[in-house]
Amino acid sequence: MTPTPSPGTRAPQDPPARSPWSALAAAGRGGTATVALLLALVFVVIATQNPSFFEGPPLMAFAKKAAPLVILAIGQYLVIVSGEFDLSVGSLVGAQVVVAARLIDGEESNTLPVIGLMLAFGLVVGLVNGLVTTLLRVPSIITTLGTMLILFGAVRYWTGGAPTGALSESFRVPGRGGIEGVPLLGQIPWALVVALVLAVAAVLLMRSPWGRTLVATGDNDLAAAFSGVRVWRVRTLAFVGSSLLATVAAVLIGGFAGVTAQVGEGLEFTAITAVVLGGVVLGGGRGTVLAAVLGALTVEALFTLFNQLYLPSTIQPSVQGLIIIAAVAYAARRGGLRLPERPRRRPDHPAEPELGTSRR
Amino acid sequence: MSGAPLLRMRGITKSFLGVRVLHGVDLDLYPGRLHALVGENGAGKSTLMKVLAGVHRPDGGTVELDGEPVAFEHPVQAQRAGVATVFQEFNLLPERTVAENVFLGREIRRRGLVDGRAMERATGELLAGLDLEGIAPGARVRSLSVAQQQVVEIVRALSLEARVISMDEPTAALADHEVEALYRIIGRLRERGVAVLYVSHRMREIFDLADTITVLKDGHRVTTVPAGEITPAELVRRMVGRPVSAVFPEPLEPHGEHVGRVRLSVSGGGNAQLDGIGFEVRGGEILGMAGLQGSGRTEVAHALFGVERFTRGEVRVDGRRIDPRSPLRAVRAGLALVTEDRKARGLALHQSVAANGRLVLDAVWPFGSARRARRLPGILSSVELVARGGHDQEVRYLSGGNQQKVVLAKWLAAEPGVMVLDEPTRGIDVGARQAVYRLVRELAAAGVAVVLISSELPELIGMADRLLVLRDGRVAGELPGGASEEAVMAMATGSPHGGPAPEAVDPRTHPAASPSDGPPPHPSRHEEAAP
Repeated sequence: MTPTPSPGTRAPQDPPARSPWSALAAAGRGGTATVALLLALVFVVIATQNPSFFEGPPLMAFAKKAAPLVILAIGQYLVIVSGEFDLSVGSLVGAQVVVAARLIDGEESNTLPVIGLMLAFGLVVGLVNGLVTTLLRVPSIITTLGTMLILFGAVRYWTGGAPTGALSESFRVPGRGGIEGVPLLGQIPWALVVALVLAVAAVLLMRSPWGRTLVATGDNDLAAAFSGVRVWRVRTLAFVGSSLLATVAAVLIGGFAGVTAQVGEGLEFTAITAVVLGGVVLGGGRGTVLAAVLGALTVEALFTLFNQLYLPSTIQPSVQGLIIIAAVAYAARRGGLRLPERPRRRPDHPAEPELGTSRR
Repeated sequence: MSGAPLLRMRGITKSFLGVRVLHGVDLDLYPGRLHALVGENGAGKSTLMKVLAGVHRPDGGTVELDGEPVAFEHPVQAQRAGVATVFQEFNLLPERTVAENVFLGREIRRRGLVDGRAMERATGELLAGLDLEGIAPGARVRSLSVAQQQVVEIVRALSLEARVISMDEPTAALADHEVEALYRIIGRLRERGVAVLYVSHRMREIFDLADTITVLKDGHRVTTVPAGEITPAELVRRMVGRPVSAVFPEPLEPHGEHVGRVRLSVSGGGNAQLDGIGFEVRGGEILGMAGLQGSGRTEVAHALFGVERFTRGEVRVDGRRIDPRSPLRAVRAGLALVTEDRKARGLALHQSVAANGRLVLDAVWPFGSARRARRLPGILSSVELVARGGHDQEVRYLSGGNQQKVVLAKWLAAEPGVMVLDEPTRGIDVGARQAVYRLVRELAAAGVAVVLISSELPELIGMADRLLVLRDGRVAGELPGGASEEAVMAMATGSPHGGPAPEAVDPRTHPAASPSDGPPPHPSRHEEAAP
């Protein structure tokens, strides 16, 4: 038998390596480096096509356009990293914009109350998504597919098919306006400011105790539950975060693009594409929020590139499909992928029998 | 023994990953006779059954059926040859009917289509042959009781005209009256000339039913005797008979304010699986919890930890009554649970050592977690963690022993007053075991109340100050630390001759009072019971 040191005299362990390099390496493991490289590559191609792209104003225009997707991707990241899906965000954005237009109806004084109402509505949708998924144990892909259809139908019913009313000017400021007269850049869009603030907040949030329990839950909800994590609560909050961020995105998109019946359509899939491209693994537990943000920028940059190449925008969904498959296949090859919908059990009651033929 | 054996196994050997679990085992089964196979957990009983069933292929040895050599490579082959097995886990489709399950894969057909009526008729006849008209062939299996599902498995075996039926702990999930029904069914099987191989831990059943008994130990056949020529006590002695290895560290000098105070007390605890659970653990004490698989050890741990909670009874930690409704509350009350299934329940495998180490703090004290986590590097080095990639290493790349150290560190960071360890040394190497043992000693010395659950009797006897033995979800009794394996096994199996622990002999009835010295005496040897 190998001699083992007595309890009193233990060989001290090397202190853990905590250098910027190790942090960088950790980020690389999460796929952040890969997506950053990809983004740089797309930017280089854009620059060769359109050398003036990086001259300030065009870059700011790009930022303004990309900001809502970045915000949606952050929300989707929260849900995906916890091991779930949120398909309802596109419909929610559409519903929020249409409802806002109808309730504001061009009245400036209604702007702030209506934004408050939108946030409350987003909160409710997130709570419903989260609680149905965690407490009723409906797989989130079904729950949020349901909410997506419910919102879609309800808005159409309520508006009679065509959106009515109008947004107020002040409502449209965050989506369209910005800090004017900045040297070199021209206008710094409010949308960019909002997205930056939210991205920084999200990075900090993921380093907080809640963020770490969220990732652990996505990795192994049973182990998380056995460590004292209230899995239902953590996941429900992720859904609430996603819906609230979708509400913020709705304000920006409404301001930027105005009110149409199609607003928000397909955004959930664009957001999922962005997150997956960032190397955030479906099924949870892996990937960083920064990677999700970079993924969103990459998707938006690709769309920009297509415009420059005069490719029809109708082809965009096909490209998204290819990106999703390629990104997930890449993750699967690296061995990081797990099936997103594992057999449902309730981690808060792990001793409850699963459906099956075993005894008791 | 009369006539030629129906089934003859000779020199069966089997290894898994280089570890030999069967060493040349012989076994003969005769028509119309019941052969009981007994042994401790891990003695090789299940492996032998699976070799017979065609689930595992033996590395060496021969199997003869009716004098003809056979080599089953697949369970279906064994079934066709007339060797059927009723496993502990049923292989039934819950949403199909009894008849459909009985004829699964060999449906009776008429003009190419499944003839449901013919299958139900045939199933009904088989059930009637066992005097079991109570089960409707058209009933869905999900609607049946566990005992009835077991009957379905047996009927399926009969429908294959099985001549050999082996049963793996068939009564483990049955109530008393259902056990009687099983006795009757087994009687019928024997009348029909079926050879039965019967694995059980329960002495009463073995002596009620068996004609012959084979004892396995560590993969060796210890003995094969006619049931009438051995007493239960002697049987238990042959099942365990080995010296307690002296590899366990000595208790340390206790210190700290909690030493000697009752830190955990449970009285009258019960739920669907447990009843009348009551015990106390003092600071500085290691309470060993013994019992066979399914006796309720893990269930007690889960109940304390709020996973599958007690629905009656009372739990007190440090004198305060607590209601552990969730792991969160249990942790807040000062409990920690090292689960038996490290990978599924203990760790987030794709996260780093540091993240796993902080998880309890993050979940339970989100606002103090940064402050408390500062102690984590110290804790990780004190559990002797070896992680090449430092604390950023993902735990899935660590060895089993180092993974277990991360789990321990995670709980040590929470500074629990009561630590429950469920099979803490399962699947880890000798060095890591020693580290775990030392850590348990240190915890106890620091005034923590430790509950150690283990299937390994030497470990329990070597580490625990007192032993609580569970049987069928109840407390079967308490033994002093250093009790003999025979005494523990007798109590765990309910052997009538084992009896309650003889009072006495052990100086360590007052835990943590004095470090024990010398080899513990063996209070109950059952010499008087030997034939």
